[in-house]
Amino acid sequence: MIEVKDLYKSFGDAHILKGISTSFEKGKTSLVIGQSGSGKTVFIKCLLGLFPYEKGCISYDGQIFSELSENQKRDLRAKIGMVFQGSALFDSMTIAENVMFPLRMFTTMSKSEMEDRADFVLKRVNLADAHNKMPSEASGGMQKRAAIARAIVNNPKYLFCDEPNSGLDPKTAIVIDNLIQEITDEYNITTVINSHDMNSVMEIGEKIVFLKDGVKAWEGTNKTIFKTDNQVVTDFVYSSNLFKKVRQMYIEERQ
Amino acid sequence: MNYLHSIGLYFLMIKEMFRKPTKWSVMKQLILKDIDDLIIGSLGIVAFIAFFVGGVVTIQTALNITSPLIPKHLVGFATRQSIILEFAPTFISIIMAGKVGSFITSSIGTMRVTEQIDALEVMGINSLNYLVFPKVIALMLYPFAIGIAMFLGILGGLAACIYGGFTTLEDYIVGIQLDFIPFHMTYAFIKTFIFAFLLATIPSFHGYYMKGGALEVGKASTTSFVWTSVMIILLNYILTQMMLS
Ligand SMILES: Nc1ncnc2c1ncn2[C@@H]1O[C@H](COP(=O)(O)OP(=O)(O)OP(=O)(O)O)[C@@H](O)[C@H]1O
Ligand SMILES: [Mg+2]
Repeated sequence: MIEVKDLYKSFGDAHILKGISTSFEKGKTSLVIGQSGSGKTVFIKCLLGLFPYEKGCISYDGQIFSELSENQKRDLRAKIGMVFQGSALFDSMTIAENVMFPLRMFTTMSKSEMEDRADFVLKRVNLADAHNKMPSEASGGMQKRAAIARAIVNNPKYLFCDEPNSGLDPKTAIVIDNLIQEITDEYNITTVINSHDMNSVMEIGEKIVFLKDGVKAWEGTNKTIFKTDNQVVTDFVYSSNLFKKVRQMYIEERQ
Repeated sequence: MNYLHSIGLYFLMIKEMFRKPTKWSVMKQLILKDIDDLIIGSLGIVAFIAFFVGGVVTIQTALNITSPLIPKHLVGFATRQSIILEFAPTFISIIMAGKVGSFITSSIGTMRVTEQIDALEVMGINSLNYLVFPKVIALMLYPFAIGIAMFLGILGGLAACIYGGFTTLEDYIVGIQLDFIPFHMTYAFIKTFIFAFLLATIPSFHGYYMKGGALEVGKASTTSFVWTSVMIILLNYILTQMMLS
């Protein structure tokens, strides 16, 4: 479980996060949603300690992050998997080497064990045939999936994904969503996903935190998000014409 | 104020570089790769420059000794002294600040811009140890490159002497052995070690702590070159004053 209390973050005069409190439970996929520029990436990077923040308290299963020593932080982070919005693959390594990287750093597996494990996760993200490609030779969606494979290869306890399915076709996006949900269930990990994809929200949003203008505007689940009367949430959820139509039909049907 | 902050940050970087070392099996490969990129990859240009500048030093000296009272073997002596004391350790290091330095800054800077350094940190890896330490170790072999440069510089001088007909081979050989002070070699290699450390750390610093995007990577490479050369020249002055006078 990850708990966030009263988190403030600004860049100079720009106040990006203005007092956010929430918690993300073990074994559940939690989604942080909001418009582009609403501070989702900044939020997740604060959780990981990549950005210093002015005020607030972040704890991982009771361990307060800011009170850990540098080495304790690194030990905690070895249990974290993270998918960056821009993939952040190491461009001097092939995709398979990228995926094996956490294993090489943190396990005593033999080379063939590592290769087997990398094969296995690459298959799960539908990338079985891209082993020897360099990241620069892979498409954007392939890079994203390779980054997901790298994040889950060493069975993390905490998984963070910054827009894991942006840039993927709808079919692959669903595969990725399901994969994330499956491993969250299977290994009982704490998963936090940034997204503005309504499909993911419906599919895997066991908990949803809605950010707007630097504050938490709403919190709920994929069951409650379509029923809420909160104006800012409905504006966001029904911003696409398809969803507007569906809602219209739903309301007409009820009358 | 800003400079003070950067200097402090630089020394903190060096301290942090030694904390939580990366697994040896991984580090070994990183070091070998950096030796290949930074040292082996520079030998060609170092050899080329050393040989031809050695030749030019000889020609210039020979042409400027016009008085018949000065013995001809002084050409070899002057070539040896200028190559061992300054040309190989200092001049080549400035060239390496351009070649190796901008390579280090741009490769680490690109990793910063594309969040690869964040990715390392998030995995719990000491990114400074992972990225900078192997470069420092690899550049500890840099004195070998300078040793080769010294040899080739003197050889270049010899070639120029003979083909240009300035002195005889015997005179040149006598000259390069004249009044040899072994401490000059020690001085030159101590300098080289210190320059090697600067060559690894100053460009890494500029790459690691850069902010912005691809454009800033280019700017950081330029700034890093300027600062590395300035520091090499400054320390060269200080070390020479301390060790030779
Ligand atoms: N390093 C930075 N320095 C200054 N401002 C920043 C920095 N990173 C983000 N910001 C600002 O913080 C705000 C939130 O950015 P953030 O990247 O968190 O948005 P986001 O919700 O992830 O958007 P998207 O959905 O497009 O990824 C933006 O206004 C951005 O300009
Ligand atoms: Mg973002």
